[in-house]
Amino acid sequence: MGTQIPIVDYLVLDPEPHLRVHECTACGARFFDRRNACASCSGTDFAPADLPAEGTVTAYTIVTFAAPGVEVPFVAAVLDCGGTKVQANLRDVTPDPDHVRLGMPVRLTTYSMGPDANGDEGVGFGFAPLEGALT
Amino acid sequence: MTDRDAIYILGISMTRFGKHPDLDTFDLGAEAATAALADGGVTMADVGVLAAGNLMGQGLGFGQGLQKQIGQTGIPVYNVSNACATGATALRTAIMALKAGECEIGLAVGVEKLAGAGLLAGGNRKEGDGTWSPKGRIGAIVATDGRIGTATMPGTFAQIGMEYLHQHAYGGAPFELFAKISEKNHSHSTLNPLAAYTKAMSLEQIMGDHMVAYPNTRPMCSANCDGAAAAVVVTGERLASMSDAQQRRAVKIAASVLTSDPWTDGCQVLPDVNTLTRSAATQAYEQAGVGPNDLDLVELHDCFATAELVHYDNLQLCEPGGAVDLFESGATWRDGRIPVNVSGGLQSKGHPISATGIANVWEVCHHLRGEAGDRQIEGARTGLAHVIGLGSACGVHILQAA
Ligand SMILES: [Zn+2]
Repeated sequence: MGTQIPIVDYLVLDPEPHLRVHECTACGARFFDRRNACASCSGTDFAPADLPAEGTVTAYTIVTFAAPGVEVPFVAAVLDCGGTKVQANLRDVTPDPDHVRLGMPVRLTTYSMGPDANGDEGVGFGFAPLEGALT
Repeated sequence: MTDRDAIYILGISMTRFGKHPDLDTFDLGAEAATAALADGGVTMADVGVLAAGNLMGQGLGFGQGLQKQIGQTGIPVYNVSNACATGATALRTAIMALKAGECEIGLAVGVEKLAGAGLLAGGNRKEGDGTWSPKGRIGAIVATDGRIGTATMPGTFAQIGMEYLHQHAYGGAPFELFAKISEKNHSHSTLNPLAAYTKAMSLEQIMGDHMVAYPNTRPMCSANCDGAAAAVVVTGERLASMSDAQQRRAVKIAASVLTSDPWTDGCQVLPDVNTLTRSAATQAYEQAGVGPNDLDLVELHDCFATAELVHYDNLQLCEPGGAVDLFESGATWRDGRIPVNVSGGLQSKGHPISATGIANVWEVCHHLRGEAGDRQIEGARTGLAHVIGLGSACGVHILQAA
């Protein structure tokens, strides 16, 4: 049996699943992708920073038409995780406007994307509503 | 009285937006360009610079290809590409050449053939080699669009509208609010014979249509279509030597601004269409020496109903946070205090990407000249044309009657 491979390198699985960003050491701007220099201040030094696993929904949409291979409908959202904006799908939620709300508290969750030819398991992530999130 | 230091729109034209199966990109561009030249009372022989925009069609040298259809006069040609702001960028390129003193008359053209194109710009998932192999700047093992949020245009702009509601603690039903904005623009297009759609749609029809990305149904998304628009610009000095009719119909370009998006927190996960638009508007009002209250009409980039709402605020048509109240007051209907998208907007007039920036200017010019026919805003003296392209670029032009 192989290892677990996260869907993107900013998803860190151990010891608990969380997201990790590149933080500009000069101005604190945070990036999910590798940058040649900081888009905010042009600094070139970055350090890793871990995001909290909980956040709130600041924007969402329910996507009904998508590229081939993408299951629809799904809820795409922007979240605020400790002051950093995060993009993710919402999981474990009925994809309709009655079950998603702006300001809803959510928590990071991971799921298996299945094994590859080497037996390694792909691991995706999303955010699920916290208990009582709609009330 | 012609201002010798200013730049003017001398002639302007747009094709009907819609399906043109028998016309190619050059046909459409040539139709708009020659009509704009005729409208201004000049010919290609008078033109000193050509700026041409086309994104999806001919690729290399669209402007030179267009010249072969309308006149190869040896002048410099700039092929411009700036997402949905391509037309505005072409216009601004011609204006800059005039301001730099390189020539006295310029031609800007924008063309797109999009009829039948899908709603989605998002790519297909990568075909892997059967292993989960991290690739690219985020080490992704699959295409992330649809798995980690959405990067499609309908989904992106849906979230941009919802984010505005969240920031400003809006408590109503978002779906109906945005559908009402679409109802306005579809209603407006009934008076525009050049629009892709000219039928009013009821709120029920709009809300009952196919949901693309909540809260945007299909009629709340920009209409893919074919079309072209062209503008002839002239220096004030040259205009002063022209006929009375040319001087009377010329429209002063009181401001021409192009911005890109500065770094803002969160812009990497949801494109920030607000900061660059706000900045472009602020610069444009300063350049023109007018304020939002001086505007008689606005053509703004309603690529989705959700986008129109945020741009009310970005263009300072309301107090910060007041976009919902502004819309619900009826101010942005054509009989309201500040009519917005009386052409029908991108949702109903249509959105042939590279033509849009010049087409928005075309609409404003026709009102300022008193030539807008049934949809004329009476006594219009000052108007604003806005476009935005994700990528990101924002063009704002403020126009004034001569
Ligand atoms: Zn920095």
